[in-house]
Amino acid sequence: MSGNARAAIGFGVVAAALLSIGLGQSWSVSLAVLNLCLISAVMALGVNIQWGYAGLFNVGTMAFAALGGLAAVVVSQPPVHEAVSAGGASLLLAAGVACLTVALIWLACRRLPAGALRTAAVAVAALAGYFSISAFFNPAVEAIEAVDPSSTGYLGGLGLPIVMSWAVGGVFAAGAAWAIGRVALGLRADYFAIATLGISEIVIAVLKNEDWLARGVKNVTGLDRPVPYEIGLQRADWFQDLVHSLHRDTLTGLTETESAALLRELVIEASSIFVKLCYAGLFAAVLLVVLLLSERALRSPWGRMMRAIRDNETAAEALGKDVYRRHMQVFVLGSAVVGVAGAMLVTLDGQFAPTSYIPLRFTFLIWVMVIVGGSGNNLGAVLGGFIVWLSWIEAEPVALWAVATLTAAMPPDDPFRVHLVEAAAHVRPILMGVILLLVMRFSPRGVVPETVGGQQRLAP
Amino acid sequence: MEVDVVNAMVLLANFVVVPALAYGSQLALGALGITLVYGILRFANFSHGDLMAFGTMVVILLTWQLQAWDVGLGLLPTALLALPLGIAATIAVGLAADRAVFRFYRQKRSAPVVLAIASVGVMFVLNGVVRVVIGPDDRSFSDGARFLINAREFKTLTGLAEGLSIRTSQVLTLALAVIAVAALFWFLRSTRAGKAMRAYSDNEDLALLSGVEPDRVVLLTWAIAASLAAVAGTLYGLDKSFQPFTYFQLLLPMFAAAIVGGIGQPHGAIAGGFLVAFSEIALTYPYKKFLGYLLPDDMRPVGLVQLLSTDYKLSVSFVILVVVLLWRPTGLFRGRIS
Repeated sequence: MSGNARAAIGFGVVAAALLSIGLGQSWSVSLAVLNLCLISAVMALGVNIQWGYAGLFNVGTMAFAALGGLAAVVVSQPPVHEAVSAGGASLLLAAGVACLTVALIWLACRRLPAGALRTAAVAVAALAGYFSISAFFNPAVEAIEAVDPSSTGYLGGLGLPIVMSWAVGGVFAAGAAWAIGRVALGLRADYFAIATLGISEIVIAVLKNEDWLARGVKNVTGLDRPVPYEIGLQRADWFQDLVHSLHRDTLTGLTETESAALLRELVIEASSIFVKLCYAGLFAAVLLVVLLLSERALRSPWGRMMRAIRDNETAAEALGKDVYRRHMQVFVLGSAVVGVAGAMLVTLDGQFAPTSYIPLRFTFLIWVMVIVGGSGNNLGAVLGGFIVWLSWIEAEPVALWAVATLTAAMPPDDPFRVHLVEAAAHVRPILMGVILLLVMRFSPRGVVPETVGGQQRLAP
Repeated sequence: MEVDVVNAMVLLANFVVVPALAYGSQLALGALGITLVYGILRFANFSHGDLMAFGTMVVILLTWQLQAWDVGLGLLPTALLALPLGIAATIAVGLAADRAVFRFYRQKRSAPVVLAIASVGVMFVLNGVVRVVIGPDDRSFSDGARFLINAREFKTLTGLAEGLSIRTSQVLTLALAVIAVAALFWFLRSTRAGKAMRAYSDNEDLALLSGVEPDRVVLLTWAIAASLAAVAGTLYGLDKSFQPFTYFQLLLPMFAAAIVGGIGQPHGAIAGGFLVAFSEIALTYPYKKFLGYLLPDDMRPVGLVQLLSTDYKLSVSFVILVVVLLWRPTGLFRGRIS
């Protein structure tokens, strides 16, 4: 079966699943799942750029998603003027000293010959830098965090529309990827994996503890929205008229009060669906743009070069390709895409909670998506994002239903039954692991295999 | 003045040296498993942390059963009685994972990164199994005497201002770690099977030509790595507490220890484990009181003199890892480079 046919069948199955959720549970739930599917698909595209194109085993996806989320806060939240005036200047000074220290160390490494003198110079610069940064940084942080800590206690943001943060999230993630790449690229695949895993934990630790930045574990809630609020829609005349005209058949033939009560219910339900549809439209637009760009890049000479590097680094290097720089390029690009998705996710949630970033959900699950979908195939990564997110989100209700059916004969307070009901939520990782292992074993190129020049790639 | 120096030393021993020795032993045991799997089976095993959690879970369940039966070891934790069965269960799981997952890729001679990704799948499954069986919450299973000597006893005994408390679990950790490491080194150096493992690790083809049975080597590797994982996990659980997700987080310091020491080198893993543990604790310890004892009154520090906030503990292992990789990519003890 050709890749396109398999993709069509795959997307058909996903659509059927979403439809059945919509008909069986509610359209609101179905659209909520769809929105997260779309975001997951963008993240999966980002990881696919790194792994599928270039074979980079980056397990730090979580960090880039979180940095994208940080961008949403920094761009959209209103500035806390009091905090900025209390500590902004010293914070800038601290940043300046930090840059100066880095510059001095860099200069020492460049200009001085290797040896004891250089080591001493670097050590002195680092120590002096550490203490002078602390001298500006610590009081600034204290002053900022003292400003109304229960509601702000941080610098706030720029007060711009949150959609702009999607691009900024990409830039943040790209910048971090560049810095990380300087250190970690060039390591062997497995060391690179450990290094990125470690860096992602550090990024999350920073976000959790630097309250002046985004309130740390106190979370930033009530973020700006790119779409209308449900409550506003419910009060708007045009929206009520729209709902009325859509449900004319059900509403006619009822008494005035009955019809008004029903209309109110319908409007509430419709407002939630409308908002989710707006989000879905925005996310789908981003997904399409990223997909088209990725696809063009993959089909271009650049994409062929990346695959050549992936398949045989030594040969590519012998042909004059700069493997390190190409890896850096692809690492930065892929991370930027993940950052965009991270910003979209925080926009959808309306809050930024650093504790919600766990590697299982934001790193390894995305990896499962790419491998299940078909590494190296953009459409496959998107499909993988859809399928895996659907299974991840639906595993819990299905497991609960299975437990309920299996234990129907037991008394409701039977300890074994209670334990099973509690445990049902945790079958998710088992299911994901099993899916990953089965796909790797029996269909290692994924649901939609990579194609090269219109033909499927031979088994590696 | 001399009393002050002694007080300062006791303070440091109590808050840095003793905890770091225990934590370092736990990391070293875990890192040994990682380094053996890496050296012999040639892949980075991401499921090692969850293998530890699985072994600890079995030990906890057995301990609870023993406690219900009123079977115990008096001053020592009951978990010690449950440990052999826990080790056996962990070995069984390790071998089952190898048979079901890793063997296929080994025989196909897949790239190491493929095996590493497969180990992510195993990690997911083990993680889920542990959560399904015992739940995601904190579980305590330590019993017996809590302290060998507690701070108050030490103070009355010595008359010092500072107390030194040594927990039973810390002594137990060190003792078991020494026994396990001694047994492992004796096995690797002196027995035929151990020599076969080392030969296989050094040069697979040559070892096979010399008549080393690969299946046996693989079996032994998993048996040793899983036993060490069960012991390390149980000791960590006794010393701190058992929570499935902390075991996943241990993966990073353990990998750091293995790589820093030189991956594939057992003695490197031990050195790395202690290096990581001592750095983590020493860098996040506030030295205010310590310096207060040593410095004259007018030079006493005002702040906490803490080099790094405790929240960044996890980052320390990573920074060590990066520094060592940049400065000496093969690790302290010249690990495998290929």
